[in-house]
Amino acid sequence: MAFLELNNLRKTFGSAVAVENFDLHVNKGEFVSFLGPSGCGKTTTMRMVAGFEVPDQGYVRVDGADITNVPPNKRNVGMVFQSYALFPHLSVRDNIGFGLKIANKPKNEITQRVNEMLALIKMEQLDNRYPHQMSGGQQQRVALARALAVSPQVLLLDEPLSALDAKIRVSLRDEIRAIQKRLGITTIYVTHDQEEAMSLSDRVVVMSEGRMEQVGTPFEIYNFPRTTFVATFVGTLNAIHGLLAEGSNDTVMVDGQPVKLADPVTGKRAGEGVVLNVRPERLVLNQTGSENQIKGVIESVTFLGAIVRVGVKLQHATLFVDLFNNPHLDLPEVGASVSVGFTREAARVM
Amino acid sequence: MRKNTSGRRGKLVAWIILIGCAIYLFLPLITQFDYSLRMRRDTLSFDAYYSVLTTNPDEDATGIPRFYTALAFSSLMALLTILVSVVIIVPTAYWVHMRVPKIKPVIEFITILPFAIPGIVLIFGYLRTYSAPPFALTNTEVGTAVLLVGGYSIGVMPYIYRTVDTGLRAIDIKSLTEAARNLGAGWGTVIFRVIMPNLRVAILSSALLTYAVAIGEYTLSNYLFPDGRTFGSYIFAVGSNRIFEPAALTIISYGLVWVLVLLIQRVGRGPGQTQIAGMR
Repeated sequence: MAFLELNNLRKTFGSAVAVENFDLHVNKGEFVSFLGPSGCGKTTTMRMVAGFEVPDQGYVRVDGADITNVPPNKRNVGMVFQSYALFPHLSVRDNIGFGLKIANKPKNEITQRVNEMLALIKMEQLDNRYPHQMSGGQQQRVALARALAVSPQVLLLDEPLSALDAKIRVSLRDEIRAIQKRLGITTIYVTHDQEEAMSLSDRVVVMSEGRMEQVGTPFEIYNFPRTTFVATFVGTLNAIHGLLAEGSNDTVMVDGQPVKLADPVTGKRAGEGVVLNVRPERLVLNQTGSENQIKGVIESVTFLGAIVRVGVKLQHATLFVDLFNNPHLDLPEVGASVSVGFTREAARVM
Repeated sequence: MRKNTSGRRGKLVAWIILIGCAIYLFLPLITQFDYSLRMRRDTLSFDAYYSVLTTNPDEDATGIPRFYTALAFSSLMALLTILVSVVIIVPTAYWVHMRVPKIKPVIEFITILPFAIPGIVLIFGYLRTYSAPPFALTNTEVGTAVLLVGGYSIGVMPYIYRTVDTGLRAIDIKSLTEAARNLGAGWGTVIFRVIMPNLRVAILSSALLTYAVAIGEYTLSNYLFPDGRTFGSYIFAVGSNRIFEPAALTIISYGLVWVLVLLIQRVGRGPGQTQIAGMR
C-alpha cells in the first residue's frame, strides 16, 4: 500500500479549476517532484497535502489515515517554503526548535534534537544567528532543518531553491537529496525547473493546466514523453511538421524527404499532417550510415558551454542539432550544406 | 561647475528648512523653560518645579502631591487603553490582512472615524448611553474608568490601526503563519508567539502614541472625572490657578514623553534587529 495517497483531487478557485483528476500514490521514502509551468496547479496540490487548501473533491491519506479535513497544525507534515519563512525574531536554534516547543517536548530533548539538525545541515557554529544575518542558502538550510526537526511523516518542499543563485542551487539540491536519502523521508518537491526535478527525483509528475500529464522516472519522462506538452516542456525538442507518406504508415515526408519511424503512426491517413518530434542530442551531422538523413544548410552555430547547438535550415523548418563540446570539435561553417542523421527510434509522432 | 553650484544651493536650502523647523519646535520650549525658572523675583530658580512636584493642593490624607496621583491615574488608564487596543486591533488587523483583504478600505474608513467625530460629541453620546440603565457605567468609579478606557481606545484607534497595519505590511504574515501552523501552532500561538513579536516596534510606537494621547487628553477625562483626577484635567486646573507652574508642568510633560521615546527606541532595537555587515 502506498504511504501517501492523493485520490481524485479537485480544487477550484471561483470558476477557475486549479487541480482536477489528480491521482498519485507515493511509496514510503520516495522522492516525487511536481514539475510544470506557473499556474499548472503543482503548488495547490502540495498545499492540499499540507492542509492549507481543502480539496473540493477527493482525499489525502498518509499511512492509511485520511487527513483531508485535518487542520494543518494537526498533520505531521513538514514544509519548506520558497520564501524560507523563518521567524525573524528567533535565532537559528529557536527557529529549529519551534515545532518541538509547540509540541511541549522536554527541554533536553529539544536541545538534543536541535543539535542533531544543526549537524545535519552543517551549521553548528551559526546557531545563535538571526535569519537576517544569514545568506539565502543558509536560511533555506535552516528552514529544512526546522521542517525535519519535528520528524514529519511527509516532507513538502515548495520551490525551495528558486530564490538562490545557480551555484548554490546545485550544491543545495544535492544536499537536500542526500539528507532525504539518509532520513528515508517521503518527499514531495514542487519546481518549474526540469533539471532540478530530473536530478533529484525517483519519479516526476509533469503537470499542465491542473492535470497530470505524465508520471514516471526522469528517464521515462525524458526519453518516452507521452504528450507533446511533456516532450516540449522537458528538455529541448525539434517539432517538425510533415506529411504521412503514401502507402506507408511508418514514414513521414519532411520537406519532400522521407523519415522512417520505429513505431507506425496510427489514426492518420496518408497525406495528413503530423508533427515529428526529435531531441537535438539524437541528431548527428554528416554521418553516413544513419537510418534517416535529411539535407539542409547550416543557419547558426551557438556555443552553450558543454554543448554546441547547430541550427540546420530545411526548406520550411529549422532543426537544432546538439553536439558535445570538445576542443577538437570541427565546427561547421554557416551556409555550408550538411546532412542530419538520426535513427528510427529517435523520431516520434505524438 | 554648474552642478556643484546647484548642489551647494540645495544643501543651503535644506539647512535653512532644518534650522527653521528646529526654531519653530524648540523656541516655544526654550521660552517656556525660561519662564518656568522665573518664579523667584530677579533670579532664576526651580521653585516652580518644586511647587509642582511637592504641593498637595487638596491637602488630603495621603499627603501625596496631586502631580503624582494624577500622573499615576492617567498612566494606569493609558496602560489599560494600550492593552485593550492591542488585544482588539492586532488580531483584527491580522485577520483582515490574512483572510479578508478586500474589506481593508472599509476597516480603514472605520478607524479614521474618531478623527471626524469631535471629542465633545463622543462624550455626550457616552453619557447619554452609559449613565442610565441598562448600561449605567457612570454610577461606579470602576464603571466610569471602564468608560474612559473605552473612550481612549476609540480615540487612539486611528494611530494604533495604522501603525499595526504598516507593521503587518512589512512582514510576510502569510508565510510566517503557514510555517507556524505547519509546525503545529494553533491560532493563539501564531498571533502571540509569531506575529506579535514581529510587530514589536509597531506595537511599541503605537503604545507611545496612546500614552501621549491619554496623558494629555482633557475633554473625556474632565467630563467623566470632573474632580481633576486625570493628568489632563490637573494640567488644566494648574493652568487656571497658577502663573509659573504651568510652564514647569509643560517642560516636565515633554521630558516624560522624550524619556518614553528613548525607552521605546532602546527596546525596539532588540537582538533581532541587529545587522552584521557583509553577511548576506
